[in-house]
Amino acid sequence: MDLSTFIQQLLNGISLGGLYALIAIGYTMVYGILRLINFAHGDVFMLATYFAYYLVGIYMLPWWLGITLAVLLAALVGMSIDRVAYRPLRNAPRISALITAVGVSFLLENGGIVVLGARPKGFPRPEIMGKVYTLAGASIIGVSVWVPVLTLLILAALLFIVYRTKIGAAMRAVSTDMETTRLMGVDIDRVISFTFALGSALAAAGGIMWAFKFPQINPLMGILPGWKAFTAAVVGGIGNIIGAMLGGLVIGIVEIMIVAFLPWLSGYKDAFVFIILIAFLLFKPTGFLGEPLKEKV
Amino acid sequence: MKERNFRLNLALIVLIALSVWWAKDRLNPYILRVLNTAAIYIVAAVSYNLVNGVTGQFSLGPNAFMALGGFTVALLMLPLPQKEMVYFLQPLIWPFNSFSLPQWLFGLSLILAGLVATAGAFIVGVPCLRLRGDYLAIATFGFGEIVIVLANNAISITNGALGIKGIPEYSTLPWTVGCAVITVLFIRNLVNSSYGRAMKAIREDEVAAEAMGINLFRHKMLAFAVSAFFAGVSGGLLATLITTVSPSLFMFTMTFNLLIIIVLGGLGSITGSTVTAIIFAVLQELLREVEAPRTIGPIHIPGITGMRMIVFSIMLILLMLFYRRGLFGKGEASWDGLFALPGRVREFFERLRRKEVKSWTRTGIESHDQ
Amino acid sequence: MDKDRNRVARSIDTAVLRDSQDEILKIEHVTMKFGGLIAVNDFSLSMKRGELVGLIGPNGAGKTTVFNVITGQYTPSDGRVLFDGDDITGLPPDIIVTRGIARTFQNVRLFNGLTVLDNVLVSYHSRIRSSFLEAVFRTKRHLEEEKAMRQNGIDLLRQVGLEHLANEEAGNLPYGQQRRLEIARALATSPKLLLLDEPAAGMNPEETRQLMKFIQDIRDKYALTILLIEHDMHVVMGICERIRVLDYGISIAEGSPVEIQHNQRVIQAYLGEEERAYA
Ligand SMILES: Nc1ncnc2c1ncn2[C@@H]1O[C@H](COP(=O)(O)OP(=O)(O)OP(=O)(O)O)[C@@H](O)[C@H]1O
Ligand SMILES: [Mg+2]
Repeated sequence: MDLSTFIQQLLNGISLGGLYALIAIGYTMVYGILRLINFAHGDVFMLATYFAYYLVGIYMLPWWLGITLAVLLAALVGMSIDRVAYRPLRNAPRISALITAVGVSFLLENGGIVVLGARPKGFPRPEIMGKVYTLAGASIIGVSVWVPVLTLLILAALLFIVYRTKIGAAMRAVSTDMETTRLMGVDIDRVISFTFALGSALAAAGGIMWAFKFPQINPLMGILPGWKAFTAAVVGGIGNIIGAMLGGLVIGIVEIMIVAFLPWLSGYKDAFVFIILIAFLLFKPTGFLGEPLKEKV
Repeated sequence: MKERNFRLNLALIVLIALSVWWAKDRLNPYILRVLNTAAIYIVAAVSYNLVNGVTGQFSLGPNAFMALGGFTVALLMLPLPQKEMVYFLQPLIWPFNSFSLPQWLFGLSLILAGLVATAGAFIVGVPCLRLRGDYLAIATFGFGEIVIVLANNAISITNGALGIKGIPEYSTLPWTVGCAVITVLFIRNLVNSSYGRAMKAIREDEVAAEAMGINLFRHKMLAFAVSAFFAGVSGGLLATLITTVSPSLFMFTMTFNLLIIIVLGGLGSITGSTVTAIIFAVLQELLREVEAPRTIGPIHIPGITGMRMIVFSIMLILLMLFYRRGLFGKGEASWDGLFALPGRVREFFERLRRKEVKSWTRTGIESHDQ
Repeated sequence: MDKDRNRVARSIDTAVLRDSQDEILKIEHVTMKFGGLIAVNDFSLSMKRGELVGLIGPNGAGKTTVFNVITGQYTPSDGRVLFDGDDITGLPPDIIVTRGIARTFQNVRLFNGLTVLDNVLVSYHSRIRSSFLEAVFRTKRHLEEEKAMRQNGIDLLRQVGLEHLANEEAGNLPYGQQRRLEIARALATSPKLLLLDEPAAGMNPEETRQLMKFIQDIRDKYALTILLIEHDMHVVMGICERIRVLDYGISIAEGSPVEIQHNQRVIQAYLGEEERAYA
């Protein structure tokens, strides 16, 4: 293997990992606050691609408008899921909300199959994503350039929201100590709603870019990326946003490298993600950046 | 009292045995198939409930464990000539290509299926159950996906996506119902013992349970391993009922169905899971009718595949939101409860009448006062 | 009040008789940090067998954290805990309880969905000898163990006056009885040292009076050493022989009830709390 293929694959890994990171952030934020695995998160990722598909591909809206609307719709869906399915169970045993989450996820997947059809649909591609650039003799297709760039911009915006705005401060406060934050007069439910909206918007952006890369969408497409993204959140340290980004990158790079350099194992690339999950739970359960969870007794 | 309940239980088992013996050659194949399916669901659901309902840990793994069990039985029981025929893409690996168990060792193959599934449970359980938090859910879910990936890719063992066909149909009513009875008794005895009490304590409050000397990991692992064992057995039964196994048979939908069964029956209730497993098997058949395309007179209604799963997921969500205790709550149906039932019904009507009478008299007095 | 004092005096006498030099618990320079917060700072305490010591201090002083370190819920950032001469620092809670330290929780943590009797029986489980397979197949040994366990549980409930509620769901008991059941559940582990975290919280004066008597009774009956966190000064002054005061994780005083009542620093700490509360 020569260096340039390696670098090429590394970039591919980073590009894919960035998308995992975008999904993982939604998982990690919700888990940090509610200790809930939002199983429906991967399905919101899927729905967003269908929103974009219909808005741009069928109703012929311009790309910028179609994407914006799709992301907003996904945020709305995420918020509504919380409002309808999770909020009534805040004081119920933890397992109740988890079961409901599985139910919602399954509803979205099967609803998708019935309403949208089980057959994969071809996702349109904006011109800029299909354009071929020549860079120092090598030719690169637009998606490989623009997806990582956009991911980076979105992550920067997210960090700004979380660390530099009032609502971001409220989110962080709620995730460290919900009771105290409530006593300080913060409207917890609003913060949680916002968290769901933000996480879903990120997953939506991730989903649409995913569809640029792999332009076939189907109602079950969110399951595996969703699960890998959660694994990324665990690897990075559950509850930690920067950790989720790191974890996403690691998973993305490992996956690409296995396909690229151990092609006879490429059928098992998902199994490697599982092995990573098990290894981390065994040897570094707090992940890269997570703090040990000490339940207050 | 205890003596009486024991006799009644014995009588019930004898009654079940007699009906099975009567039914196995007389009922039509369609009904037999529903009954067999119901019994297999009982094995899988009651054992699943041990983890999710009794111990309060959230596993999404039964489909994976059933897959392990199903493939194990298929590999052990598939006759040699059939093996040669099925594995035309890639030859079956040693040692499975050189032997096949005779029918009288079917029971042994079920036990081995359970043990293979238990081994899988240790792979997932050891890393997850030592930790606080919901890692079990995500790891078991991943394990299910991975088992399917492996089944699709390890063609020289599982024959890939095509699956294994022509497994002998050994899952007759005596086998399925027998396994269901054994599972229910096994898990009932476990739950009613000191070990079961420790598991329930973990469900109620992990911190307190640990502070009272319960080794959390050991008891969660015990529940998880026992549960996986029976899930493996049920997978083996399923394989020899429908005579084929393939990765798609053991998709997450299987776990989802079991989840509905244990939630509807009441998380933690063995009798609940048993009853709802039967209801579910029947309901599934009825809804299959709904999904099928049909022509009523001049009107043609196209079948909507997937409708069933929509109904089931909405049902699950509504159950969790509005009827979380399920049919049986955490409790069990018991003989005492059953015998008390007529009395309680009578009492209920009695009270109803008295209340009526009372409110009627009160109105009478009030009007009198005025 | 006078009667209570006499009682205290008497039990000090018995404690002396038991063995005044025998040290059961020794906490050495324990520090517990949570991120930047030092919840407990260089805390040392030793208790003699049979003693009844009170641990008091304003809200957030670190009292419960001391308990959590002793019982293994938290591993201290620094320092060690010796029990009966053994270093138990960092052992998991389920091991520590089998060594002979049992506790109650500040916010009652019963197994709400289980019956009162089952709550107590859970505590016997760690000593069971038959395996889970023996339990499933109901071997003679297992049935005998279950029977003995049940008998002990009922006896214990009778002694703490909860026998008539044995088959009630624990979550349905009134608050005072929940607290009592929590103590019974701790007693079922056969502890030598009992840690009580604000047992009188939320009780009315009558219940509190009964509780004080109850604590002294069980201490005599089961030859217990007791460490007690309590905000109700009536309880602390009434039954403790020695009192330690924590403020912001630091020990600021130790002494007999009378000494503590007149200690300037203690009064200051509590006054400070009042000021904080009204600020
Ligand atoms: N697991 C934990 N994580 C972070 N901070 C903690 C944890 N446990 C306790 N603390 C902090 O340590 C400090 C001491 O708490 P602790 O519960 O020991 O106080 P306390 O003296 O028992 O107070 P109270 O009288 O209110 O019960 C508090 O500031 C508390 O917020
Ligand atoms: Mg406290």
